[in-house]
Amino acid sequence: MDFFTHFGRYLLMIKGMFTKPENMRLYWKELMHQCNEIGVRSIGIVVIISVFLGAVTTVQTAYQLITPLIPKTVIAVIVRDNIILELAPTLICVVLAGVVGSRIASELGNMRISEQIDALEIMGINTKAYLIMPKIVAALLVVPCLVVLAAVLGIWGGKVAGGLSGILPAEIYNDGLLEDFIPYNVFFALSKTYTYSFIISSIPAYYGYHVQGGSLEIGRAGTKSVIVSCILILLADYALAALLL
Amino acid sequence: MIEINNIHKGFNGKTVIDNVSAVLETGKCNLIIGASGSGKTVLMKCLVGLFEPDEGEVLYDGESITSMNEDGRKQLRQQIGMLFQGSALFDSMTVEQNVMFPLDMFTNLNQKQKLEKVNQVLARVNLTAANQKFPSEISGGMKKRVGIARAIVLNPKFLFCDEPNSGLDPKTSLVIDKLIKEITIEFGMTTVVNTHDMNSVMEIGDKIIFMHEGHKEWEGSNKDIIFSKNQELNKFIFASEFLQDAKEMRMMEAKGKISEDRRSPS
Repeated sequence: MDFFTHFGRYLLMIKGMFTKPENMRLYWKELMHQCNEIGVRSIGIVVIISVFLGAVTTVQTAYQLITPLIPKTVIAVIVRDNIILELAPTLICVVLAGVVGSRIASELGNMRISEQIDALEIMGINTKAYLIMPKIVAALLVVPCLVVLAAVLGIWGGKVAGGLSGILPAEIYNDGLLEDFIPYNVFFALSKTYTYSFIISSIPAYYGYHVQGGSLEIGRAGTKSVIVSCILILLADYALAALLL
Repeated sequence: MIEINNIHKGFNGKTVIDNVSAVLETGKCNLIIGASGSGKTVLMKCLVGLFEPDEGEVLYDGESITSMNEDGRKQLRQQIGMLFQGSALFDSMTVEQNVMFPLDMFTNLNQKQKLEKVNQVLARVNLTAANQKFPSEISGGMKKRVGIARAIVLNPKFLFCDEPNSGLDPKTSLVIDKLIKEITIEFGMTTVVNTHDMNSVMEIGDKIIFMHEGHKEWEGSNKDIIFSKNQELNKFIFASEFLQDAKEMRMMEAKGKISEDRRSPS
């Protein structure tokens, strides 16, 4: 199937989500459930990745800037800006595209194959609104929180690594963090995060919702959704950098 | 009552349902039978609105589902219950939560009232000790019964069952058939069953529509199906020698009964 068919079906899916909920209480319950699935269940991996990300960035930056002409606070500046601008939003969202995206695609794919989606349709429930909308809204709510957490932990990881390896004392690192801080960078990072959140929830939902065939196709839908989400994240990364910076 | 008027449905240029018309009667078990690939499931999905027919219309008590807007369909679908081939129970919910789900979504009953209703329906399908079990913890026959309980919990006017006996042993199949027949009469529903199980046909087929290669080949009841002279239908029904023998015995019995009847008045 060509790109335009997929794109058209994707847009129709998004449009189909905007109807009056049959029962607000159950939609709220589903939203909370998805916040837990997407957010709380991803905290562990986000913590591990972001701490090591900060640590590695500090060590590698120090390795490249080993000259007495550049003050050591620059290492902290580079680590901070790298993490806020790129590593926390983009890398964490790429990881979440794998973790959360494959889960969304396989959940919906399994529901489609086992006729659970048909069962909901027969009951008179708008399945796009009930199954997909809460996932997207939950991602928009919790992924930015995860990225902020990742940024904080990444910067902290850099500080710990700098101290432990003797590259950079904590006081100098702290001074560097306050040097030339541009608050707009945080706004830019959050703009990217909201865009990625939409991508990593809606693309897998599209592939999962439209699965046809058997269990093999569920796996394929999961893989495809992760690949497409990652490519779209990178494209959006470049587009937003070109537009907003 | 459901009226099917000249339904036509195809996929990728291939006709799957070709000009099918029928009337499915209230308070009866209407069976759609046919070999695998004959178009039974597609026809049923057209009936419930999961597929849009390319031509023709489906009327529910005189109202066409094909020309209804989304709100109209939503209203109608609350009067429809469906049992799916694989039961289609929600994996993440217990039996009780599965059956309660339509009540949660569409009624304003309090928790106690909902629980009473759920227990009442589960008792009706003879399933009383499985409320807290998950679908993965119960047998195929129990899943079908939970599926039926969920389908009838809102007291629907129309019940659709897609291959209710698939994957079940003959004894459990009979239990499910009996249950479908009983609740059809009890609730005064229009029941439509897709099957290729001849036991079901003979057991509950008040009205039978035989599908062959996408079109309606034959229509009648379980009383006259065995005497039908339709070649395709006979090929389908008497696919095994055992059934062929059974047919001959039935016909001999019938002939004997007729001659006995003729003799008795004289």
